[in-house]
Amino acid sequence: MSTHVPETETETDTEAETEVEHSEPLAPAQEERMRKKAEARADREERARQEAAERATGDDDTVHLKVFRFDPEVEGKQEPRFDDFHVPYEKGMTVLDALIYARDTFDSSLTFRHSCRQAICGSDALFINGRQRLGCKTQLSDLDQPVRVEPLPHAEVEKDLVVDMDHFYDQMEAVEPYFDADELPDGELDEQRQTRENREKVKMSTRCIWCGACMSSCNIAAGNNEYLGPAAINKAYRFAMDEREGTERKQHRLNILEQENGVWRCQTQFSCTEVCPKDIPLTEHIQELKREAVKSNLKFW
Amino acid sequence: MYEHDVIVVGAGGAGLRAAIAAQEEGADVAIVSKLHPVRSHTGAAEGGINAALREGDSWEDHAYDTMKGSDYLGDAPAIETLCTDSPKEVIQLEHWGMAFSREEDGRVSQRPFGGLSFPRTTYAGAETGHQLLHTMYEQLVKRGITVYDEWYVSDLAVTDEERPEDRTCHGVVAYDIQSGELSGFRATEGVILATGGLGQVFDHTTNAVANTGDGVAMAYRAGVPIEDMEFIQFHPTSLPSTGVLISEGVRGEGGILYNDEGERFMFEYGYASNDGELASRDVVARAELSEVNEGRGIDDEYVHLDMRHLGEERIVDRLENILHLAKDFEGVDGLEEPMPVKPGQHYAMGGIETDENGETCVGGLYAAGECACASVHGSNRLGGNALPELIVFGKRAGAHAAGKDLGTAEIETGQRGEYELGEVDTPVQPGEIEPAGGEGDAVADGGVAAETSSGDGHDLVERAVTRERERVQSLMEKDDGVQHAEIRSDVQESMTQYVNVFREEEGLKQALEDIAEARERYQDVFVKDPSRTFNTDLIQTLETRNILDLAEAITLGALARDEFRGAHWRKEHQERKDDEWLKHTMLSWNDGTPELWYKPVILEGEDKKYEPKIRSY
Ligand SMILES: Cc1cc2nc3c(=O)[nH]c(=O)nc-3n(C[C@H](O)[C@H](O)[C@H](O)COP(=O)(O)OP(=O)(O)OC[C@H]3O[C@@H](n4cnc5c(N)ncnc54)[C@H](O)[C@@H]3O)c2cc1C
Ligand code: SF4
Ligand code: FES
Repeated sequence: MSTHVPETETETDTEAETEVEHSEPLAPAQEERMRKKAEARADREERARQEAAERATGDDDTVHLKVFRFDPEVEGKQEPRFDDFHVPYEKGMTVLDALIYARDTFDSSLTFRHSCRQAICGSDALFINGRQRLGCKTQLSDLDQPVRVEPLPHAEVEKDLVVDMDHFYDQMEAVEPYFDADELPDGELDEQRQTRENREKVKMSTRCIWCGACMSSCNIAAGNNEYLGPAAINKAYRFAMDEREGTERKQHRLNILEQENGVWRCQTQFSCTEVCPKDIPLTEHIQELKREAVKSNLKFW
Repeated sequence: MYEHDVIVVGAGGAGLRAAIAAQEEGADVAIVSKLHPVRSHTGAAEGGINAALREGDSWEDHAYDTMKGSDYLGDAPAIETLCTDSPKEVIQLEHWGMAFSREEDGRVSQRPFGGLSFPRTTYAGAETGHQLLHTMYEQLVKRGITVYDEWYVSDLAVTDEERPEDRTCHGVVAYDIQSGELSGFRATEGVILATGGLGQVFDHTTNAVANTGDGVAMAYRAGVPIEDMEFIQFHPTSLPSTGVLISEGVRGEGGILYNDEGERFMFEYGYASNDGELASRDVVARAELSEVNEGRGIDDEYVHLDMRHLGEERIVDRLENILHLAKDFEGVDGLEEPMPVKPGQHYAMGGIETDENGETCVGGLYAAGECACASVHGSNRLGGNALPELIVFGKRAGAHAAGKDLGTAEIETGQRGEYELGEVDTPVQPGEIEPAGGEGDAVADGGVAAETSSGDGHDLVERAVTRERERVQSLMEKDDGVQHAEIRSDVQESMTQYVNVFREEEGLKQALEDIAEARERYQDVFVKDPSRTFNTDLIQTLETRNILDLAEAITLGALARDEFRGAHWRKEHQERKDDEWLKHTMLSWNDGTPELWYKPVILEGEDKKYEPKIRSY
């Protein structure tokens, strides 16, 4: 399903006017529940509408959000649409803060992943004003209004802002993303030594939080589901460049990266590098791996 | 129904380590986690992980520091286990490729940390937790361990013998967030809870939104005693709008705290005339709040942490990540303006009572990580001591559940032999509104329903699923009532107001009344979102129930303990009372009518006794 739907101007509460039905047969209890909820909804949403309206008018200190809504199960939401939310603004407020406010105050069914609120769990990569960003790391004051919040493009939408991450995880796990030294020190207290330079070399690549922003921004990945994508290649880089692993293992890693849907697919468009919230030089890493692969092939011959 | 030998609930540092250990012992293990593993809050830890690795350091010194830091409320067998096992577990991480910072000679770097007599905090830049979490997840992938991610565990399947010590855990009930499927997970050898912190009990916390203390609350309701819940660590410098942590490093480098009148209050009002901004976490946190309470806070809420005088060069060189944090999460440029900071809930020292093998008093039920209390941290945790706890006790719990003989534990769990009962004068009856047996909303409330211990584990798990299905259905079927968000935020606010760094008898009682009122309202809670797909409204409603039980447990403990020890400060009782209080506060759910009791601290170590000394640095 595409997330780029024609915009239908709706308020937070259009749901109230629509009769709730289902395309697929549901369990009787579920059906009954849906019906009852639809009835009770109108009243409550009227209240919410008034509140929202009060906030929207006369108060400069609100932020206007337009949020993508979709739920395969709930009519009125089966057809993707945008809802408007007017959220009181406070200094320091992020897009995630505003979404939480909107959910807790106006519509508890507004659904999005989030947890850490500090750009480390990687749950809330979203498409905000036409660009992949982390909701928690994006200050509202840096954005033009209305702020458009959509799920990550090029991924299956499960509901509202939640997308299916399985394909992303599969790609991440396809590159044997684990340290695997050719040999380990004998003693259980003996360290493998690593130079500062080498640690510095892999440092940026280890910062990935698996948010999926890069993959979503990549045209190649969008057109070719088999392409490993920038995050997985970066993960492989992290190990291929780690001098503790040994040459055999490195050769094996380069073989994986050289496969048909590996590094050579990248057309150096830099979109991944631009959106990465952890400032990882993804394109550079991919280019470097291409050079490594060429080098090792020459050696091989 | 799914079935495995060992089920691990949670995939942070503790859960991942437990799963790896269980598999190494030959068990078929699976993880069930409401977040994908790499989303766990272990990733947020910055500072480092304590381990005595170097010449001149020893596990004994580490143990001594930890006991002193705990203000003599840690149990020696647990502390000594932590400190003896930590070095080899940290090196194990290194062997798994964790990207530690390095010294010139290529060995891992260590830095000094508050309360430590040796610089033994091993670190990976300012992202130690992130590196640790990802390294362990990589090992999980390598081993092909099954993960049921985005499954919310909502209950334990535990038999219902009279005494919790006679009960057995056979599995868990979990809800697939993506599909709305409710299913049983039977564990033939053991269930390990590794659900992390409970910061969401408070309205301002450095913890993640997912840290709702589910494991502690579930174990508590299944009869497992919870220990030392009143001990909550507050961090003095968190950003006001989100709770994001600004590390001690800023004050370490010379950052200054100012009130609204531009006064350097740590000195001017004598909170710490010697150490000033470098005083310990609890002292600084209380000073900040005093300023706000006395009307000298900014916007009546926070104080300023200023580092501008350090100069751009030094700031960029040493505190660059702080600049990013302030900019991204508070919209403040630390080079141009002072940063707003206030105390935030940071860590729960207490939790599910376990021994040093991670075992609880209920057969087959284990706990490890922040949700557990062995007890390593006693009344106050030293920085850098939580991460080693995850890997040391995670591993032990996993191995033990899978059948490895770790020797007999020295710490006893459960109410065995004679124990001291506690008394506390509460304004309202704590616990369930209608304790087990009553009608009412006991089911919607997630309370204990009649259960027989007959039949095998399979049946028991089935019945637990049925009970949970009824609970979920009743929450979903109601079409009006109260929404959880209201209840949650009221309790969070009350906790932050009354059970914060300052605790007064009257305030604590007020909090108990607020919680009781919230329980009343929770009887009418309903889930508005009718969808079965990714219904976070439902998940959060279930979590809110856990928050209520834990808020109450924390407050009860705080009211009972009339002394000042570690992180627990009481206005009316400004001394540590060793004659009376060298004991753990224990709470048993007791089918909905909580029972308070005490258990002596174990200060006898392997070959020495730790003598309580005044905690001053
Ligand atoms: C900002 C910050 C900085 C810190 N810095 C340090 C430091 O420098 N050094 C140090 O030693 N300690 C530090 N700590 C403390 C330490 O990081 C935590 O105590 C520790 O990471 C907790 O790990 P855990 O495995 O117990 O839980 P978590 O990592 O929180 O994982 C909990 C897991 O349980 C799962 N879960 C929870 N509930 C359920 C449920 N109902 N059903 C299914 N799954 C569930 C979650 O999905 C998650 O996977 C810091 C803490 C914070 C907040
Ligand atoms: S590389 Fe950057 S954008 Fe891509 S998943 Fe990792 S953190 Fe996100
Ligand atoms: S909420 Fe964790 S990255 Fe934004």
